[in-house]
Amino acid sequence: MSLINLAFKKVKTEKRPALLTYTVAGDNTKKKSLEILKSIAKYADICEIGFPHNTPIADGGQIQSSAYRALKNGIKIKDVFSIVKDFKKSKQSKPVILMGYYNMIYQYGENNFINICKKVGVDGLIVVDLPYPENKEFAKKCKKKGISFIQLVSPTTSPSRMKKIIKDSHDMVYYISMLSTTGGKLKVSPKKILERYSKIKKLNKNKNIVIGFGITEKTIASLRKADGLVVGSALCKEISNSIKKRQNPVTNVTNIVLNLRKKIA
Amino acid sequence: MKLKKKIPLIDQHNKNGFWGNKFGGNFIPETLKKPIEDLTELFEKLRYDKKFLKERDYYFKNYIGSPTSFIKLQNLSGHLGGAQIYAKMVSEANGGAHKIYNATVHCLIAKKAGKKYVVGDTGAGYAGKMLSMAAKKFGLKCKIFMGAKDIKRQKPNVDAMKKNGAEVVPVYSGSQTLVDAVSECMRYWVSNCDNTHMCVGSTVGPNIFVKICGWSTAQISRELKIQIQSEFKRMPKKIKLINCVGGGSSAYGFWSEFIDYDKKQIELIGVEAGGPKNSNLHAAPLTNGAKLGILHGAAAYVCQNNEGQINDTASISAGLDYPGVSPIHCFLKDTKRARYTSATDEGALNAYKLVTKLEKINPSLEPSHAFAEAIKIAPKLSNDTIIIVNSCGDAKKDRDILKERLGKIN
Ligand SMILES: Cc1ncc(COP(=O)(O)O)c(C=O)c1O
Repeated sequence: MSLINLAFKKVKTEKRPALLTYTVAGDNTKKKSLEILKSIAKYADICEIGFPHNTPIADGGQIQSSAYRALKNGIKIKDVFSIVKDFKKSKQSKPVILMGYYNMIYQYGENNFINICKKVGVDGLIVVDLPYPENKEFAKKCKKKGISFIQLVSPTTSPSRMKKIIKDSHDMVYYISMLSTTGGKLKVSPKKILERYSKIKKLNKNKNIVIGFGITEKTIASLRKADGLVVGSALCKEISNSIKKRQNPVTNVTNIVLNLRKKIA
Repeated sequence: MKLKKKIPLIDQHNKNGFWGNKFGGNFIPETLKKPIEDLTELFEKLRYDKKFLKERDYYFKNYIGSPTSFIKLQNLSGHLGGAQIYAKMVSEANGGAHKIYNATVHCLIAKKAGKKYVVGDTGAGYAGKMLSMAAKKFGLKCKIFMGAKDIKRQKPNVDAMKKNGAEVVPVYSGSQTLVDAVSECMRYWVSNCDNTHMCVGSTVGPNIFVKICGWSTAQISRELKIQIQSEFKRMPKKIKLINCVGGGSSAYGFWSEFIDYDKKQIELIGVEAGGPKNSNLHAAPLTNGAKLGILHGAAAYVCQNNEGQINDTASISAGLDYPGVSPIHCFLKDTKRARYTSATDEGALNAYKLVTKLEKINPSLEPSHAFAEAIKIAPKLSNDTIIIVNSCGDAKKDRDILKERLGKIN
């Protein structure tokens, strides 16, 4: 069984949703981002790691700032992979999902990219701008290597399309809570989000479906019915604040993750 | 990779939206899949709807002011010797540039889609100015994303947008130019696609936006074809159509009707922004052999590093200052139907100086790039060769830059 599936299985026995964190690799330095990851992994069930890209078309301000910071500090693709590798050395069983834009994978070469992902221990991939059905070939290649390609669905996804996507999905599906870039304010009520969520869940009870976008310490508890919840911008924002206040982002971000975890425990 | 005849280039893509199985496509976040499918369906219906076409033609004629004139640049031709130089004065269109065609069509579509809001990106400010004009005319609320650097250097157009009641949103990320404005506009659409229509300012972006924009500007070449026939009584043996290329909307519109001709008879020449002399921050992906990449929802040649990060570009002309280019121009390049080259900032300024000294026209810095190429090649050509330059924009917006660089404006 894949580490991602194992993680979901484990949280089910604990009767809580999985907590997924999102941070940008290399934010604000290679060393710091690895420290942050290792530290928050104590409370996070799955760690999503973002590939910094300088022209992100679906990221809000918080994640953009993180990515620009990382790039300004010289982060390269090989550094992202080495961060994952180092992380996995100490947290072998913690699933890691890489998230990024297709151009980076395309420039690296799809096969080459997937091979290195496999080698450093990446468990899943999210490619923001490679939607279904354009992602079919790439998703197949991932599956062959035992890497889970994670499909996204959103409030605009039509029912017929939803069915096809769920059917084609691997270990996990990511439901975007609302029409928004990352980090937007939750502009739909948790009740409404969960209503839509259960409709998707009904299509296949065996798929692990997580909710992301707009989730913070304030809103996470109200969504705890989901299989998993992703928090990203709130963490990126804390890194920005910590840097501004010359505090240690490692402790500050870890505190937030701990609080998030407490709220869904 | 091959061009088909008798089919508009905008329709020569495969079922996944790729021209030559390679350029274009739809690299978009899931949230935009449905809005883009809806828009595609609506456009495919409207473009064959007689009533809609009548409406379009009505506004093209009575609102935009088609046809714009086709004139001989007698003094410039005489001064240079060689080829006979003509200009298609698209800058006479309402608002001062070709961008009005795309903006008008988008607003008509937005009305049909029942949308109340339109958003758009702009570099030189023309796409934004025109969208704000058309939005006002058709009763839509309008928001324009523009790089902070471009807001400074294209002030007259910014003032026009505001006067038309549009909200101009400055974009401070990245190089603060067109590329960042397009990204921010797309991000806004991701968040508001339920009630907002997006107008991409050129033949770039996901497949449908390339098509709508190309379909709109194609009017320019329909007019030109008639004008050439009436001027010369038949199609001349040697024509060169020279157009600047930023995203490529102006060039596609100028060339569309002529693509089927043999290239020995009608040569298509695209001029990209070479940027400051001796700089490598050019915005000329087709000229300088940039690699295929994905930018703003489409695969095309993109100025980027080997990690897939998009390069900063620099050009005196905000409208050409873009690291990508239309997938249909990549296709025209690879099938060798069009030839692409670049002009430097200095080349464009010198061309502007010469053209305005000799002729009573006032081309903006974008078409000045095209004039630079015309000036370069005309003397070497026989005098039965006809060069036609698309003078697609008016230089009023460049007032401050011209003053600074040339000391005075003609
Ligand atoms: C006058 C003018 N010409 C040309 C362009 C270049 O754009 P495109 O190549 O997309 O027509 C612009 C863009 O803003 C413009 O304003």
